[in-house]
Amino acid sequence: MSDPNRKAPDVTDTVSSTRPAPPPVALVNPANRNEGAPRGDDEQVLRLEDVNIFYGDYQAVRGVDMTIGRHQITALIGPSGCGKSTVLRSLNRMNDLIPGARVAGRVTYHGEDLYAREVDPIEVRRRIGMVFQKPNPFPKSIYDNIAYGPRVTGMRVSNMDELVEKALRRAALWDEVKDKRKQSALALSGGQQQRLCIARTIAVSPEVILMDEPCSALDPIATSKIEDLMFELSRDYTIVIVTHNMQQAARVSHRTAFFTAEVDEQGERHGRLIEYDTTNKIFTNPAQKRTEEYITGRFG
Amino acid sequence: MAVITPGAPVPAASVRRGRRRPGERVIEGFLVLAAVVSIATTIGIVVSLLFPTVEFFGEVSIIEFVTGTQWTPLFSIKQYGVLPLLVGTLWVTLIATVIAVPLGIGAAIYLSEYARPGTRKLLKPILEVLAGIPTVVYGFFALTFLNPLLIDLWPSDDKPEFQNLLVAGIAMGIMIVPTVASLAEDAMSAVPQSLREGAYALASTKMQVATRVVVPGALSGIVAAIVLGVSRALGETMIVTIAAGLKTDGIPWSPIDGAATMTSFIAGAAQGDLPVDSLDYLTIFAVGTTLFLFTFALNALSIRLVRKFREVYE
Repeated sequence: MSDPNRKAPDVTDTVSSTRPAPPPVALVNPANRNEGAPRGDDEQVLRLEDVNIFYGDYQAVRGVDMTIGRHQITALIGPSGCGKSTVLRSLNRMNDLIPGARVAGRVTYHGEDLYAREVDPIEVRRRIGMVFQKPNPFPKSIYDNIAYGPRVTGMRVSNMDELVEKALRRAALWDEVKDKRKQSALALSGGQQQRLCIARTIAVSPEVILMDEPCSALDPIATSKIEDLMFELSRDYTIVIVTHNMQQAARVSHRTAFFTAEVDEQGERHGRLIEYDTTNKIFTNPAQKRTEEYITGRFG
Repeated sequence: MAVITPGAPVPAASVRRGRRRPGERVIEGFLVLAAVVSIATTIGIVVSLLFPTVEFFGEVSIIEFVTGTQWTPLFSIKQYGVLPLLVGTLWVTLIATVIAVPLGIGAAIYLSEYARPGTRKLLKPILEVLAGIPTVVYGFFALTFLNPLLIDLWPSDDKPEFQNLLVAGIAMGIMIVPTVASLAEDAMSAVPQSLREGAYALASTKMQVATRVVVPGALSGIVAAIVLGVSRALGETMIVTIAAGLKTDGIPWSPIDGAATMTSFIAGAAQGDLPVDSLDYLTIFAVGTTLFLFTFALNALSIRLVRKFREVYE
């Protein structure tokens, strides 16, 4: 985990990329969003090899192989119960919190096995943050929500006020909350709370941000703000998003993985990865019939 | 009631008040009665305390009552300073709180955040049964087990007395641990799981999740648990009567002294053959009113604290 060549993303760096700004999200035809090869370098951040995930005796996910590229937005889509959230939560060991959950196979982060015995899950989550389906700000002030991560992880912060401001700016929330940083985060609207949760995640400078249906509790305007934000953040962060909303996957992601539930010989349902390719390919010319059926709305 | 044909429009008359529902009235009446009885009882208690208290202060000056350092109404030289009882009560309550708060909250954090579901299912009912042990049992536990142990282990030559405030406070602290732990655990379990997940996702350790997210999130419930524990300690009678003695002839400066509390004085005095309307008899009510003021103040404080710390999760 101490590769000196790998530059950790920096919250204090607001304009770190010289790439042209992405076109406005809502106006783009989903199919044309990501022309050509995915941008960003092709370095792999996360790699799943024959990953099987169990809850007790029940196998929730079977045989997933995929890689997640640096500074890309990777979308995991599929019908309910297909295991996409389970896969997402295996990437920063959030499944550890569920009694009986177990991961077999290899999940590697820059080549390092995340489930090796010497790996500290706390350290994993410092580098791989997560934003949840329902906004879950702490019942503290906006300021303390942002400062929470740097404080618990013992980051040496010379100027916490500045860090809070940078994180809020980065999450496109600063203008709305700058005068009420000391007020309770619970007074914010749902969309603002979710951006606060993103700001809070950014504040510990992770490399990867996992998002588990981050817009499913939000209205379309708030959703569009979060999507713009995701695109903006993907310059510096690697993002993996689970979404039920296919248009969202098409709008924001570079690569899309389609999961579905399959019934095995014993009659048990397991989530499986059906197809994984550039978002453009998945939405315009999927290789698998089931992918096509799902994205055209014929099932799921 | 009119017969309604399916599909046909409902006649306008059907929304008018037709049949009376007498059951509603009966139930409402019963509920009002329940509320009135409890309020009336409270008022009755206040009134029955107030008149004898006023009569008492007709004969003894408030200044003597509040500043006097000896409480000897049943002796030949009568003195009416309530301070010895007050200090005894404060010692015992303080010691009980110092013991019960860390143990109770520690146990609650363990049960809510660390224990596996199976362990929790086993331990919580045991804890709640512990809260049901009669206080007289704790009193004898203090007198016959804790106190000899305390005297044996006491580091200096100035040993605790046979009955003392310290041992009563310790026993009382142990007694209220289950109450504090159980209520605090309820409050902590009510903190949404999503907040814990959010904290873990920000690289918190288990201890950080417990102390920085769960405890602050449950603070109003935890404060309520502590206040309930403290008010139980304040009003507890049996343990102090047995384990702390009934001495009242001086302020107990040290907790290893034996001394009466407000409650144990009342219990002790009420056992005797005090003639009704004698001054001795009135002392019971004066002390009772003082105790009532304390518990009342504590409850008022707790309501304010609980409101202050209440977090509303949507």
